[in-house]
Amino acid sequence: MDDILQEFLAESWENLGQLDSEIVELEKDPQNAELIASIFRTIHTIKGTCGFLGLTNLGAVAHSAENVLGKMRERILDVSPGAISLVLEAIDQIKALLQGLEATGEEPKTDHSSLTLMLDELAEYATKAAAETPASAPEPDSETTPAGSAPEVEVGSSSPLVESSENAVEHEEEAVAANSETKSETPGPTVPASVAEDTSTKSSKVSVADLSIRVNVNVVDSLMNLVGELVLTRNQLLQLARGDEEESKYAAPITLLNRVTTDLQEGVMKTRMQPIGNAWNKLPRLVRDLSQVTSKQIELVMTGAETELDRTVLDAIKDPLTHMVRNSADHGLELPDVRKANGKPESGTVNLNAYHEGGHVIIEIEDDGAGISRDKVLAKAVAQGLIKEADASSASDSHIYSMIFHAGFSTAEKISSVSGRGVGMDVVRTQIEKIGGTVDLTSKVGKGTLVRIKIPLTLAIVSALVLESGGQPFAIPQLGVVELVRLSAEDREKIETIHNKEVFRLRDRLLPLVHLNEVLGLEETPPDDHDLDATNIVVVQVGEDQFGLIVSRIFDTEEIVVKPVGRLLKNIGLYQGTTILGDGSVVMILDVSGIFNKCGGSAAHSQSTSEETNTGANRDTISMLLFNVGENQTMAVPLALVARLEEFPQESIETNGGHQVVQYREDLLPLVSVEGAGYGSGEPLDPQPVIVFSDNNRSMGLMVNEIKDIIDEQFVIRMQSDRSGILGTAIIGKNAIDVIDTQYYVTRSTPNWFEDVEDKKTFRVLVVDDSMFFRQLVATALESEGYSVMTSDSCVNAIELLQRDSQFHAVVTDIDLPEMNGFELCEWLKEQDNTKNIKAIALTSSSSSINQSRATEVGFDQFLVKFNSHELVSCLDEYFARIEHETGVKA
Amino acid sequence: MSTTKAKLDSSSGMESQLDYSSQYVSFRVDGQLLGVPVNMVQEVLTEQVISPTPLARAEIKGLLNLRGQIVTAVNLRKRLGLPDLEEGDSMNVVTRMGEESFSLLVDEVGDVINVSGRSMEPVPRTLDQHWRSVTIGVFQLEEGLFVILDVETILNFD
Repeated sequence: MDDILQEFLAESWENLGQLDSEIVELEKDPQNAELIASIFRTIHTIKGTCGFLGLTNLGAVAHSAENVLGKMRERILDVSPGAISLVLEAIDQIKALLQGLEATGEEPKTDHSSLTLMLDELAEYATKAAAETPASAPEPDSETTPAGSAPEVEVGSSSPLVESSENAVEHEEEAVAANSETKSETPGPTVPASVAEDTSTKSSKVSVADLSIRVNVNVVDSLMNLVGELVLTRNQLLQLARGDEEESKYAAPITLLNRVTTDLQEGVMKTRMQPIGNAWNKLPRLVRDLSQVTSKQIELVMTGAETELDRTVLDAIKDPLTHMVRNSADHGLELPDVRKANGKPESGTVNLNAYHEGGHVIIEIEDDGAGISRDKVLAKAVAQGLIKEADASSASDSHIYSMIFHAGFSTAEKISSVSGRGVGMDVVRTQIEKIGGTVDLTSKVGKGTLVRIKIPLTLAIVSALVLESGGQPFAIPQLGVVELVRLSAEDREKIETIHNKEVFRLRDRLLPLVHLNEVLGLEETPPDDHDLDATNIVVVQVGEDQFGLIVSRIFDTEEIVVKPVGRLLKNIGLYQGTTILGDGSVVMILDVSGIFNKCGGSAAHSQSTSEETNTGANRDTISMLLFNVGENQTMAVPLALVARLEEFPQESIETNGGHQVVQYREDLLPLVSVEGAGYGSGEPLDPQPVIVFSDNNRSMGLMVNEIKDIIDEQFVIRMQSDRSGILGTAIIGKNAIDVIDTQYYVTRSTPNWFEDVEDKKTFRVLVVDDSMFFRQLVATALESEGYSVMTSDSCVNAIELLQRDSQFHAVVTDIDLPEMNGFELCEWLKEQDNTKNIKAIALTSSSSSINQSRATEVGFDQFLVKFNSHELVSCLDEYFARIEHETGVKA
Repeated sequence: MSTTKAKLDSSSGMESQLDYSSQYVSFRVDGQLLGVPVNMVQEVLTEQVISPTPLARAEIKGLLNLRGQIVTAVNLRKRLGLPDLEEGDSMNVVTRMGEESFSLLVDEVGDVINVSGRSMEPVPRTLDQHWRSVTIGVFQLEEGLFVILDVETILNFD
């Protein structure tokens, strides 16, 4: 992709980020001329660049949105929720187009005519209305806007609409201190209106922009690495100097070096810092949409948006944060009438607060909603076996609420507002723990819920406890360490055993003990000084569990630079990184959850940490959503195909012509249940859990009994199924579970989806993938679009097939394949005379840039991400149309 | 499956190395003269302090600190199924693969050998399976047979 395009994308994303919140703000404060002008400018910039880059589709949408905004700016059009929704929709489509552009380097050829038409109509309507009632349109004094007299504008005509808004921008700068308050009697609605603040804010913005430059993140990252190394060298030097005599001639320069290094480290860290507000940009929009959908009045109050943290951390918390806010607004807050009945203000508040606290960033998400009942969570936890009934009475509140984050803590029974919170909360915790953070939840029934997230400022340099076990030093991130306990030799008998497992009574709590050297397979060195007579216990926290690591010696806390674990050591699962200490020695950073796992701790959430270190190694890991149907039959569906999880009260489900539907997001959502013996039985549930699948603006809901869990599994389809609606049987965990064929249900629920499918049987596609599941998935998606599809399970077989029969139009292949990979297949394809014209499309689960550039190198025509069958189909449709055009043959 | 893969890998490896140059860094392990393409070698070091990595597979000796860069040290004797060095220090042949550096621990590092004008022959079929999988070929030199290792396979365990 060329540089201009890259630059354009980067700039547009940045601008669009703040746009969402600006527009929502505008809705609250429709008279804010400065806001309108700012929004208008952003869209106008995008439009202008589109014209320059020849992005017609994107340009058209931006243009129509700009028209409407132009009218708002001129006060011809009221800032109404309807108009705002339309503009927001336009921004969404612009985003989608940009995404397509980013992924493929080409502008997606999607159709946006209905939206642009609506926008144009709105703009036109406004012009007409304004022409009829001229007095209502605030006009600038014509004398102060010399360029704005615009004699060529015909009042009441729709044709110069485009012209007028163009003019508005061109003349913006010339309009000197236009007084927008002055009302003119002359009907001339298309005369541009400029506001004094507009010009002033603009000039101040320019100066801010002059002070900043755009730097590639990679440059900053490599700078960070270098500084990390410099810090280590400095530490080494300091240690050497300490041994020297005081009068050493090195003393002064080393002191200076020390200071400069510290300053440099801080400076570089600062360049990576970004205000947390960047991760919040989308939230006002999200809350606004939610409040419309749920008909709740929700106010989002954000404080501390300027709190800074490292960009890697920022990226990592974006999704969990969004999820939590959505939860609070969607499930936490009650409907206005309920709130009123409970003596609360009708409008509910979600408070988002961020601040620094001792090297950490604290983010609080607080709602004043219904709260979560401790007893109900407890009852559920007992029912699920997460906590023993005997312990239930003594369990602390925080312990009970932490159950909400437990994987699979979902809501088969109705539990007030916990409903819907189960799914995803464990994912939230997993993600936060991945970056070394913690999350807890407290709640008061009737008062609200508070979620507190604590995350480190940066991931690159962490504070770690250095200790020794088996004669070797190791480091443990300080964040996971709760406390240090030291037992003198005579106290050692306080360590008791239960069936050979050591435990220690720490303030009435049983702390399981683990000898670190045993976990690591090291011999404990015999104590060589009196210090080792004592027993050192490092109490660490893993999820909601604590355990004690017995180590032979505890040194000090050190700021360490975290380096990734090497490829050959990744699969051990006990290390989360490596680092170099001040003395230059390399030590391993221990992954406490990995250790806990190895000692038989619960695996539910801690597996994530080891998985993270494995990224890249297990290419077939797929997130699967598990759910129950019928009489406790578990089925699965790839999470990527799931749009949303919902629960609908029974009374909202209507029967319409023999089909069940529910009103959902201003549309009707068809509901179907899973077919087959034993699946459909049982009482109707209230509320009814539903998995929503979405494709191309249409949705379908699959009614299930219970959402169980989301798991990341390497999974293999073992048996292909001839039952309709079932793709096959997969081994997930240790169980054989049916994987449902979403395509089948989508077709069944909305048969007209595929009715007007063009017959493209002449267009032949070869699908190559070693996973039967994907072959089937892709083939079904393409066949339902009318293509003629053949499949092959390996590149070698694909080549054999192509040698016999080269009459294919496109080859869709996976990249990571055994024996011969997709790159090699493509190279072969492009080398043969009779196959070189076949379109080659790469499908991969990881869209890393290395792969992408390699793909272009070997001659792939397209590089797409797996699961996005829509993108694949539209890509093929495009080829098909082109071939049809070229050959002149109508299929 | 695994044999085909190995074949593919080594053939593509052979090509790129021949293209590059005809120079190999030579070293000895258990008396055998071995070599790796000079363009794969980052540097050669004498004995280094190596921090052990508990629970790693036996072929991995540990990690070493190369001017702030962490390098995984691979015990080449173990990797080639040879007995451990009884006494004396190992030397490090540091190679770069992908984003990471690895050190091959060898008994003794020799010269860079230029083999231009000679052709590489396949290793004899009678060589045991493991050795065949980690070698690319062999050159006949006056001072003996010079066996070229397939670094990629050596650093690709299991």
